[in-house]
Amino acid sequence: MQFHADDFNALPAAPVEQMEALAPAPPLWRVLLADVRAVVALVVVVLLVFSAFAGPFLWSQDPARQWLSQVSSGPTTARTVAVVEDNPQWQGALVQAGQLMSVSATTTSVKLAWPAVAGAAGYRVYRAEAGEGAGLGVPLAQIEHPWYDDRLQLRERAYRYTVVPEGENELSRRATITLTPALTIGRFEAQLLDLPVHNGEVVLPAHPLGTDSLGRDMLSRVIHGARTSMLVGLTAPLLFITLGAFYGAAAGLIGGWVDNTLMRIADFVVALPFLLFMILFRVAMGIESGESGLFPMVLAMVLLSWPGAARLVRGQVLQLRGSAFVLSARMAGASNLYLIRRHLLPNVLPLLLVSLSFAIPQAIFTEALLSFIGMGVVPPTPSWGSLCNEGIRSMLTHPHELIVPAVAISIAVLAFNVLGDALSDAMDVQIRRGAQ
Amino acid sequence: MLCLGLLCLGMAVTSAHAEAVSGQDQAITLSLATEPPSLDSMQATDQIGSFLLSHLMEGLVQYDAEGNLAPGIALRWQVREDGATFWLRKDARWSDGEPVTAHNFVFAWRRAVNPQTASQYAFILFPIKNAEAINRGELPLSDLGVRAVGDYRLEVQFERSCPYFDKLTAFMTYYPARQDIVERWGRAFAADADKMVFNGPFTLAKWVHGAHLRLEKNTRYWNREAIRLQVIDFPYITSDTTAQYNLYKDNRIALAALDAGTLNDAVKRGYEARLFDFGTLYFLEFNQRSERATHNLALRRAIQAVLEPSLLVYKVLGLPGIKPAYSLFPSGMRAYGITFSEQYPPPAIDYNIEKAREYLRQARRELGEIEPLTLLVGDSPRAVNEAEYYQYVLKQALGLETRLDQQTFKQRIAKMRRGEFDIAAAGWGPDFDDPITFGDLFASWNDNNRGRFENRRYDSWVAKAQSSADQETRLQAFDRLQHIISEQVVIIPTYENVGMYVQHPQLQGVRRSLFGGDPNFRYAWVEP
Amino acid sequence: MIAYILKRLAYGAITIWFIATATFFSMHAVPGDPFNEAKAASPQLRQNLMARYGLDKPVTEQYLIYLRNMLRGDFGISFTQENRQVNDIIREHFPVSAILGVAALLIAATGGIIGGAVAAHWHNRSPDRAMMIAVVLAISVPSFVIAALAQMAIVRANDWLSFPLLPVAGWGGISHVWVPALVLGLGTMAYLARLMRSSMLAVMQSDYVLTARAKGLSDWQIFRKHQLRNAMLPVVTELGPTIAAITTGGFVVELIFAIPGLGRYFVQAIQQLDYTVIMGTTVFYGAFLVLMVVLIDIAYGLIDPRIRLHGDGR
Repeated sequence: MQFHADDFNALPAAPVEQMEALAPAPPLWRVLLADVRAVVALVVVVLLVFSAFAGPFLWSQDPARQWLSQVSSGPTTARTVAVVEDNPQWQGALVQAGQLMSVSATTTSVKLAWPAVAGAAGYRVYRAEAGEGAGLGVPLAQIEHPWYDDRLQLRERAYRYTVVPEGENELSRRATITLTPALTIGRFEAQLLDLPVHNGEVVLPAHPLGTDSLGRDMLSRVIHGARTSMLVGLTAPLLFITLGAFYGAAAGLIGGWVDNTLMRIADFVVALPFLLFMILFRVAMGIESGESGLFPMVLAMVLLSWPGAARLVRGQVLQLRGSAFVLSARMAGASNLYLIRRHLLPNVLPLLLVSLSFAIPQAIFTEALLSFIGMGVVPPTPSWGSLCNEGIRSMLTHPHELIVPAVAISIAVLAFNVLGDALSDAMDVQIRRGAQ
Repeated sequence: MLCLGLLCLGMAVTSAHAEAVSGQDQAITLSLATEPPSLDSMQATDQIGSFLLSHLMEGLVQYDAEGNLAPGIALRWQVREDGATFWLRKDARWSDGEPVTAHNFVFAWRRAVNPQTASQYAFILFPIKNAEAINRGELPLSDLGVRAVGDYRLEVQFERSCPYFDKLTAFMTYYPARQDIVERWGRAFAADADKMVFNGPFTLAKWVHGAHLRLEKNTRYWNREAIRLQVIDFPYITSDTTAQYNLYKDNRIALAALDAGTLNDAVKRGYEARLFDFGTLYFLEFNQRSERATHNLALRRAIQAVLEPSLLVYKVLGLPGIKPAYSLFPSGMRAYGITFSEQYPPPAIDYNIEKAREYLRQARRELGEIEPLTLLVGDSPRAVNEAEYYQYVLKQALGLETRLDQQTFKQRIAKMRRGEFDIAAAGWGPDFDDPITFGDLFASWNDNNRGRFENRRYDSWVAKAQSSADQETRLQAFDRLQHIISEQVVIIPTYENVGMYVQHPQLQGVRRSLFGGDPNFRYAWVEP
Repeated sequence: MIAYILKRLAYGAITIWFIATATFFSMHAVPGDPFNEAKAASPQLRQNLMARYGLDKPVTEQYLIYLRNMLRGDFGISFTQENRQVNDIIREHFPVSAILGVAALLIAATGGIIGGAVAAHWHNRSPDRAMMIAVVLAISVPSFVIAALAQMAIVRANDWLSFPLLPVAGWGGISHVWVPALVLGLGTMAYLARLMRSSMLAVMQSDYVLTARAKGLSDWQIFRKHQLRNAMLPVVTELGPTIAAITTGGFVVELIFAIPGLGRYFVQAIQQLDYTVIMGTTVFYGAFLVLMVVLIDIAYGLIDPRIRLHGDGR
């Protein structure tokens, strides 16, 4: 930058604002709205935030309520079912198939009995889902008496039971029976759920996305999980970017050895291995009983992530300090406060906005990752990461428990990433046009 | 260049992995859940270490193919009121050819109770005279009540009567050790395959940390004719049951544990899933320290009356084979040739929400307002599921607020010890084959009684069961113990854990055992 | 130049000290101690154990001992893996993580640079669009989900082929490396592809490329001589943070694929409160990363003459 002597003469006394309106850039939002993907992403983000905070009012099922008779079920509609005794007597409709017989099979209990086999040391009882092939199925028990009461997670579908007497000729003495239990709910569970009983029947509500391994409604869990993920994803970046911005601005404005020291500290923090220290801090802070673990996570994230914004803002401050138009504004007698408001903020804010839009998906990711490895939020607080963690265990049998929260994370991160892209593109446009 | 070098380095240490079983070579391939923290038999505490050591080492007595107590290094023995004598076989050899002598046992037992060794299982030797005092640093090592009479006779003196001492000697802390080897390696003893010797049916031929262990038949083992397997290879170390199961499916390993997720797939493929009773009891323990709300009996009874174990077991845990628990003693616990729970059925409990609310009202009258209870649980997936269920039931049925305190294993134990809980989820596995291994758990002097339950009646029955040699008296005492536990609601038994697994059809003779290391491949073979 | 390198190294050393200190004091804030086992230990035994590991001394003294031992490159003995040196643990398991990391980095860099270049070359046409969609997807799906899906895919593929094409988990042959490395490198690959694309686009519109085109050079020559080399500069700068992401991000992949790398040991050590292993691995990783960044800074200084080679390199 070269200056002529003339440049240093006082300018005519025109209002400063007027003077600077020489190169108007189109407002950021207008550029942004012209971009289709930005609009779509924005809509998705707004919807996500909205559903995270207003969703619980729209879908009012309690995410903590356990429908134990419907654990890990796929999507269901509302049903009216009978309430039965938990330990029904051996009476009711008799089903017999060869050697085996059963009375009033319900999803609460399937009672099996068979005549004692001479010479058998005991019996092994197996259960297979009909049409599942020729295998014996799940081993239910190894018993010595000739009857068994199966209560293991029964569903409304056809089961094939096989009883194998232990000893000689196991194969030839096997007996099987196929039956379909009726959907019911046990009295203790109905009491527990406090359901109104009419004519010995209760209404079980619909679960549009199915239930998880404790019978909790997936839809309401994903909505409540969104709350956690959004809370971490929004607060942590907001906090560390604000902190970083002030830190960087202070360093840049004060300059000299203070600047040097402050930035050196930032360098140290950058050098800490991020995930390792997230885990370390989380363990060091300890989670006391009853805490959700959100606060330590946000705090750790803030402590480790502020230097990015600090460097960015400091860089901008230094650049602006040396730029011609700030120098000239200073010549014109503009105050520091005015310079910050008029030059620093408009230049820095969009940049911060872009880094915010990239920091948010990063934070959502980090939360999910930590919760996934069990180092994040503590149950019963649901978060998308912990939902995935729960889901991955039953990936082979009930894939929906993993896929639903994984898709939720992916959509959120996608939306924020696209928005960030669009923002930075829009800024490019703005800068380019502004420069022309 | 650098990366190529690294790749070569990584590949050099491993060889091609074999199939799950080989009938020709009598070799099997398995996976380990974790690497053993230690193979020093006097310091090992964990399940993997116990499993490996039970194949590498042999104590005075051992378990035979049917799971009965059988002669090991000792040919015969005699347990008396005040002590025991073991006569050792003369043909037992270490893997380097040295004979196994009574001095090896004296050395090992002294080292195990030596305070400097800081063995966490030192307490299992406490029936031996002066063991506890030596472990506290009050007496010299030489005062331990065990001595070698010649090379092949071992005389033990008891601190107090111990009718089940022979069963104890099958436990790994009682294994013999070689003074010269231990002293040569010092703190590095048993940290690598070449820094230890073996007197059991197998030797450790290879130990690549975190990656690979390999057992080969010990050609100097005294009972080598009975051992048919030549090689047990562990080229995979993973605690992920899905990964283990996938290895099984790929015919890479011969035995794999199943969990809820993999069970269904195994069933679909027509694999024969098997059950194995671990004999482990899981329960909720109440903090009985006087400043805690759970000190109140009515509150404990209210909680007991709503926590019906079968709902937990059948709906929440949802794993086949797991049994609801109703007593301090697991239902399969055997004593004197009978199944204890059949002769002495568990106390009946009335599960009733109305009655529970009545108890709660009583508790509120006695305590005033009840602060949220702290529920201390582990951090494993199952523990968390369980805890969320308890939390839900207490809230739904009684309106009791609970706060989950989810901690890693060590932190949970630390908190239990310091009394920082109201209700804690805990578990207990038997150390040896006698009901007292559960019975003395809640004696007021037991350090593992972390809820600080103190009851004179309970203590006196424990003392009776510990010292009496009479079968009837002991069984009676155990029955009294289980009733006191239930009446005083010291714990709420929840379930008895069961393992599910699939096993290669050609692999035969594997014994699943509660004691002396599980699973046991000593008498296994591969059907060609 | 030498002064610059020395200065960089000195800052690196101070940074490592900072990491070590932060690790030490956060570890000592952890509630509970490592000697809690299921079976109760007598107070005497706990005393014995504390003395054996020097935990009975005041914290400041422990800190000084710790620093002194670290200077000698001795991280102490593991609390839970009886009789094992932390140095041995690192020596045995870091190579595993390093192989995985290097493979991931290679895959990521190759895929990213080619992908980005292809996208830029066909700017705003279908290859570009496809690439960008793939990139956004790869960035948006969590790595643990991708890892789980990949594992499921291998199982399905092996089932379908009815012979094991690829191992599902574990460590050993070269076949164990590819899938975990791909999963680990995927995020980075996407990131690098995006970076490469925008940097390529900038280069393509630059004056010297336009000049080269005006000179009548062929597309391939322009691509090779001018575009690729210049476009890769910003990509090279990003390698430092990238290595960091890959090495520390590796433990999820190591956990899911059962790979005996250092990351898995770290998570395990955290769960068991194994002080020495936690401190050792953290400091080791930190030092490794600092060294990488310093090396890349220096390398960058050598490649790009525009960088001023004195203290304030950034």
